[in-house]
Amino acid sequence: MTNQEIQNIVSGWSENLEFTEEGSQFLNVTLPKEELHSICEKLKETPELDFDYLFCVTGMDWGKELGVIYHLESIDKKHNIVVKVKNDDRENPTLDTVCDIWSTAEFHEMEVYDFFGIKFNNHPNLKRLFLTPDWDGYPLRKDYVDEANMVIK
Amino acid sequence: MGVENKVSAEELPGRVIPAGNGANIVVTTLDKVINWGRSNSLWPLYFGTSCCAIEMMQTGAARHDWSRFGFEVARPSPRQADLIIIAGTITNKMAPVLRRLYDQMAEPKYVLAMGACAISGGPFFYNSYSVIKGADHVIPVDVYVPGCPPRPEALLDGMLLLQDKIRKENRLAKVNPIDGFDEGEI
Repeated sequence: MTNQEIQNIVSGWSENLEFTEEGSQFLNVTLPKEELHSICEKLKETPELDFDYLFCVTGMDWGKELGVIYHLESIDKKHNIVVKVKNDDRENPTLDTVCDIWSTAEFHEMEVYDFFGIKFNNHPNLKRLFLTPDWDGYPLRKDYVDEANMVIK
Repeated sequence: MGVENKVSAEELPGRVIPAGNGANIVVTTLDKVINWGRSNSLWPLYFGTSCCAIEMMQTGAARHDWSRFGFEVARPSPRQADLIIIAGTITNKMAPVLRRLYDQMAEPKYVLAMGACAISGGPFFYNSYSVIKGADHVIPVDVYVPGCPPRPEALLDGMLLLQDKIRKENRLAKVNPIDGFDEGEI
């Protein structure tokens, strides 16, 4: 299925979606965080789309907003889509988990929580994955400070 | 050798044998024999933490073949190794492990820092919360081999430099490099 055909299907689900292919080999869709779980569920369950494989979850700090980028693929149909979701609450950012849709997201979301401090609602086991449990702060955020270890340039 | 004789040959009967560093002939000759033995059978510890390790393996493999210089017996245990080649990035998590491995090695022990990460943190010097800015923050280093990663020829050159350093050692004057290291005296 071409990117245009995917866009035609997905754009009918909600009015708050932004599509772009600029600077990317994939079709990118940015959606509001309230609709993340319902849209992801539809992406997987719609038979023509059949996005059954979540192959990458990336935490992101855009400076103002924090967010997550999901790379999806359909193994049978060989097409891809990139889902972006942003959250401008830096104090207590929360997103809905997608690990009930793609269970691989469970560990990826733990990693995003570890490094960006984004909390995932309904996640079964959200805790530090790589860093020590008593680590202070979230080191991959742009405003992270560690005067002992970091040389800032 | 290489030390100037303060007494000229005309003032003394017989042949003057230069004795380096003011020690007597027996000790310096013994030094030479021991240093010859040590420098030509350095057993390196496998310690590859990132991509430099690939070049280190290549240095040990057939084309570059570090066994030509006596390094062939690479050991997986620090108890049996003389030399630790730090081939890769040292993170805050890895630093205590590196220190423990170094402490477990038997005297005399030598350290070679291979590549930019082991020298200074390299590409991770700025804006990294997790990387040690040089392995010499953790253990004393004898030879630094720059490169990212260094080619096998560069590593071999560094190892030969270490052999040169060992050949110039003096039993009486030698100090343990870890003495005073934690207090910042080196």
